[in-house]
Amino acid sequence: MNNIIYLDNAATTRISPTVRDAMEPYLDNLYGNASSLYSLGRESAKAIHKARADIAEALHCDLREIYFTSGGSESSNWAVKGAAALAAKQGKRHIISSQFEHHAVLHVLQGLESFGFEVTFLPVYENGVVRVSDLEAAIRPDTGLVTIMQVNNETGTIQPVSDIGAVCKERGIIFHTDAVQALGNIPLDLSEQSADLLSLSGHKIHAPKGVGLLYVNKKIRLAPFIEGGAQESGRRAGTENVAGIVGFAKAVQEAVSGVESKRRKLLPLHEKLYREITKLEKVHFNGSPEQRVINNLNFSFEGVEGESLLLMLDMEGICCSSGSACTSGSLDPSHVLLALGLPHEVAHGSLRISMSGYTTEAEIDRLLEVLPGIIEKLRAMSPLWERIKNRS
Amino acid sequence: MIYSEKVMEHFAAPHNVGEIENADGIGEVGNEKCGDIMKMYLKINAGIIEDVKFKTFGCGAAIATSSIATDMIKGKSIEEALKLSNKAVVEALEGLPPAKIHCSVLAEEAVKTAIADYYRRQGIDPEPIVGKIESHCHGDCHP
Repeated sequence: MNNIIYLDNAATTRISPTVRDAMEPYLDNLYGNASSLYSLGRESAKAIHKARADIAEALHCDLREIYFTSGGSESSNWAVKGAAALAAKQGKRHIISSQFEHHAVLHVLQGLESFGFEVTFLPVYENGVVRVSDLEAAIRPDTGLVTIMQVNNETGTIQPVSDIGAVCKERGIIFHTDAVQALGNIPLDLSEQSADLLSLSGHKIHAPKGVGLLYVNKKIRLAPFIEGGAQESGRRAGTENVAGIVGFAKAVQEAVSGVESKRRKLLPLHEKLYREITKLEKVHFNGSPEQRVINNLNFSFEGVEGESLLLMLDMEGICCSSGSACTSGSLDPSHVLLALGLPHEVAHGSLRISMSGYTTEAEIDRLLEVLPGIIEKLRAMSPLWERIKNRS
Repeated sequence: MIYSEKVMEHFAAPHNVGEIENADGIGEVGNEKCGDIMKMYLKINAGIIEDVKFKTFGCGAAIATSSIATDMIKGKSIEEALKLSNKAVVEALEGLPPAKIHCSVLAEEAVKTAIADYYRRQGIDPEPIVGKIESHCHGDCHP
C-alpha cells in the first residue's frame, strides 16, 4: 500500500514511530499482567501508572480522574449511561444533547429514551454549532445531564463547551463532552474547562486502535461499566492493554504539545483546499468556515453521489470519506449533514477531507489535481446534474 | 462492504454511458432523496434494441448495475430484454453486497420503464406486456 494519500484522519490515524517505539517493550518481553505480584507484573503496573501520570500532566487534571477504556465509544457509553443513572437517583430524567452527536452518544440516548428518560436534542444550525442560549432555554428542573461533543467528527465544527460547562456548573447539571476529535487539534485543558466527564480515543491521535480514556471529575462517582477485577480502581475491569496505554500516553503528550505546530503546518493547506475546491461549480462548504478544527474540511458537490466519488478517489490512491447513505450503511445520508439542514441529495454528495500532521502539500496538490476531473466525470453521467443545470 | 472485481471493472469504465437523441423509449427510476437515479435511453428497431445508453446518479453499485444491464439488453429483442431480472444482473456482476441489491432492482426497473415508455409512444398500453412497474423508490429498498 505504497503511495497512499491518506486524508481520512478523522476516521483513524497512522501510529507514530515514537508511539510504536514506546509500546514495543510491552509487546515484547514486558508482557506481565499488571495485577501480578512479581517484578514482571510490577513493570506493567509501573508503566500504566506512568502513562496515567503523563496524561494527567498533559491534560492538567488529577491522575485519579483518568480511567483507561477500549476507546471513545466505550468512554461515551460509560459516561452517558453512568451519568444518567446518577441523575435518575435524584429524580432527574431529562437529558440535553445535540442533533449531531456521534452514534456512541446518540444511540445510547435513544436507548435511554426507551427507559423513560426524556432527551432534548439541540439544533446545530447551518454553521454546525449549538447555541448556548438554546441550551439555557432547554434546561428544566429535572435536567440531570448535558452531553455535547467538543468537535463534530464530520463537519469539524467546534462547540462552545466552556460556556456550556459554565452553564451546567451553575445549575448543578453533569456535563459530558466527547472530545475525541478535539484532542491534538485545539487546546484541551481540563483544569480550565468545566466538563465533568470527557471521552478521548487513542487511534485518532496516532496511537493504536482499542485504547482510550474517560476523564471523570473527582466529584462524580460513576458505577463501573465493566465489572470484574479491581483494575482502574475497581471502576473498569479487565486486564489492562498495557502496550496500548503506554502508546496512548505518548500520543497524548505529542498531540497536546503539537497543537500549535500542527495548526501552523495545516493552515495553508486548509486555505488552499478551501480556495481551490470552492472554485468548482455548485459546491457547498459544510459547517462554519471559522469555528472549526483546521484539519477538517467538508464539502458537498451537487449532482454527485459520495460513494462513487470515494471510489474514484480510491482509484487514484486517495482516502477520504463521505456522509452519503451508501457509506453510512442506512437509508438516509449522515444525520450530521441533515442536522445542518442540507437537503438529502446534497448530503449524498459530501466529501470529508481530514488531514494529520503527516499530510504534505504535495498530497493536497495531488488531490486538487484529480478532484475536478472526477467531479466532472461523475456529473457527466448524472441525470441529477442535468436537472440541476437546467434549473439554474 | 467489498465489491467484486466485476463491479469495480464496470464502475471504473462503465459501458454505454450517455444519451440517445430521438430515443424511442426513456425510463427513469429512483430519486435524488435516496441517492440514486437511473435514466435509460433505448433505440428500438423492428422489436430489437439496437442501442441503449444510460445516465446514473448513484453509488458504485448503481453505476455498475446500469452498465452491465445495458450490456445485457443491447442487440436483444424486447421480449428478451423484459426477461432481464435483477438476479441475473447480480450474477453477471459476480455478486453484490446485500445493502446494494436494490441497485440491481433499479436496473431491472429502468429497463422495463424505458420499454413501457416505448410502448406508450406507440400508443400501446404497456401494462399487459411489461407489467406494473414501481417506477420510484419508496425508501424501503435499503435494508
